[in-house]
Amino acid sequence: MAIRFDQKCLYTKSHEWIRVDDEFGYIGVSDYAQSQLSDVVYVEVPEVGDSFSQGEVFGVIESVKAASELNLPVAGEVVEVNLDLEDTPELVNKDPYGDGWLVKIAIEDLGELDFLMDAKAYEALIKRAQKQA
Amino acid sequence: MAQTTALYARHVALGARMVDFAGYMLPVQYLSGPVAEHHAVRSAVGLFDIDHMGQAAVSGPGALSYLQHLLTADIAALAEGQATYAFMCNPSGGTVDDVFIYRLPGRYMLALNAANLAKDLAWMREAVGGCQVTVEDISPGTYMLALQGPAAQAILQPLTNADLAGIKRHCAIEADLAGTRTLIGRTGYTGEDGYELYLPAVAAETVWDALLDAGTPQGLLPAGLAARDSLRFEACLPLYGQELDEDISPLAAGLGWAVKFDKGAFIGREALLAEQRAGSPTKLAGLRLTGRGVPRHGYPVLADGEVVGHVTSGMYAPTLDGFYALAYLPADKTEPGTPLAIEIRGKLVEAQVVNRPFYSRKRGVYA
Repeated sequence: MAIRFDQKCLYTKSHEWIRVDDEFGYIGVSDYAQSQLSDVVYVEVPEVGDSFSQGEVFGVIESVKAASELNLPVAGEVVEVNLDLEDTPELVNKDPYGDGWLVKIAIEDLGELDFLMDAKAYEALIKRAQKQA
Repeated sequence: MAQTTALYARHVALGARMVDFAGYMLPVQYLSGPVAEHHAVRSAVGLFDIDHMGQAAVSGPGALSYLQHLLTADIAALAEGQATYAFMCNPSGGTVDDVFIYRLPGRYMLALNAANLAKDLAWMREAVGGCQVTVEDISPGTYMLALQGPAAQAILQPLTNADLAGIKRHCAIEADLAGTRTLIGRTGYTGEDGYELYLPAVAAETVWDALLDAGTPQGLLPAGLAARDSLRFEACLPLYGQELDEDISPLAAGLGWAVKFDKGAFIGREALLAEQRAGSPTKLAGLRLTGRGVPRHGYPVLADGEVVGHVTSGMYAPTLDGFYALAYLPADKTEPGTPLAIEIRGKLVEAQVVNRPFYSRKRGVYA
């Protein structure tokens, strides 16, 4: 199955994405990440009001076999969490760029977005990783 | 380097993710994913490559008395074509391995855990002493597949001249399967009805292909190690290295039904008898999380703020759609309903002791 890349997202090397909407950002994991994780069975997200710096661990995603840390693409305060994941964590597998989003944050410094990859650069990174595998 | 099995190319072609398990490259999952594979076994059928399992043949005039001494089960009670679960214990009552033993025409066959194979063979040869018995490692030439799930019989029957309905649970017969002489045992490690197949390694691809072709229209999925683990976990079947090891007795594991004290002497009998009389100080308990989180191997289990044990196996249970764990706990903490907590990444998550198994084919989901 071909890996999908959402052109409207910016990406981290640790496979999170952020989709910016004014000073807010929706955050999730990429289609590549969910395919590598395989079946997601639990997502531990922070509480609304929690703040994190860029790259800081803000949650944990648990697949059948392993727990993986989630890193925040840019600093910010959590303003909403995806409550649907409590009962249907498989949304991360089914729709990683849509209904499988994890948290929404108020971005602290829009300048930090410059450190992230656009879809084209991220796709190139994944293609290189797959070639080496 | 890990060995590849005869079906390696088949697995890769099916999109499997391969991992090194006990020195064998085996599929941990296929494209449909471990949860779908798990559900396929509960509702239809799953096909497993379990070639990593070891097999030993025991024969000779002293075979019966040797096996009575080596194993905890009553081997004299086995009729030809019958099999039973048993333990090889050490003199302290700890478990060297948990095995399945089949009585076949003219010989016995033991199915052994892959990770324990070399240790088991050494243990078995050491135990021969003066017995007139031959212990042979037949693992290299023997291929093992498992076809598990409620549709297993319907899928397998057209491929064999054996009357499958006539094979009772824990019995086995030799018959032709897809043109290959195969030992068909009605056994398994999933909590479902099904078969384990022992066939010549050279025929592995032929039989695998025949099963896949016959089963796919009936919902068969090839299933990997991850589904095998979650299936055996829901049925509370022990995994050696987690629920059993050389310091854990079958009694503590709640598997005393496979220890037959009245059959006479066997290795470990005195220690096990003493443990039975005194009661096991720690016992295996099943836990269901009432809070949220995924318990995993090694996580601490607490009662009233004190660590009282550690998770041996813990995971998401797909059939029960919940999070469960197994742990050795002080005997007085193993009553169903006992409130406990599991420490998950520094946080205490509420859990309680529930009945084992978590899932039973006959009684359904009830933990």
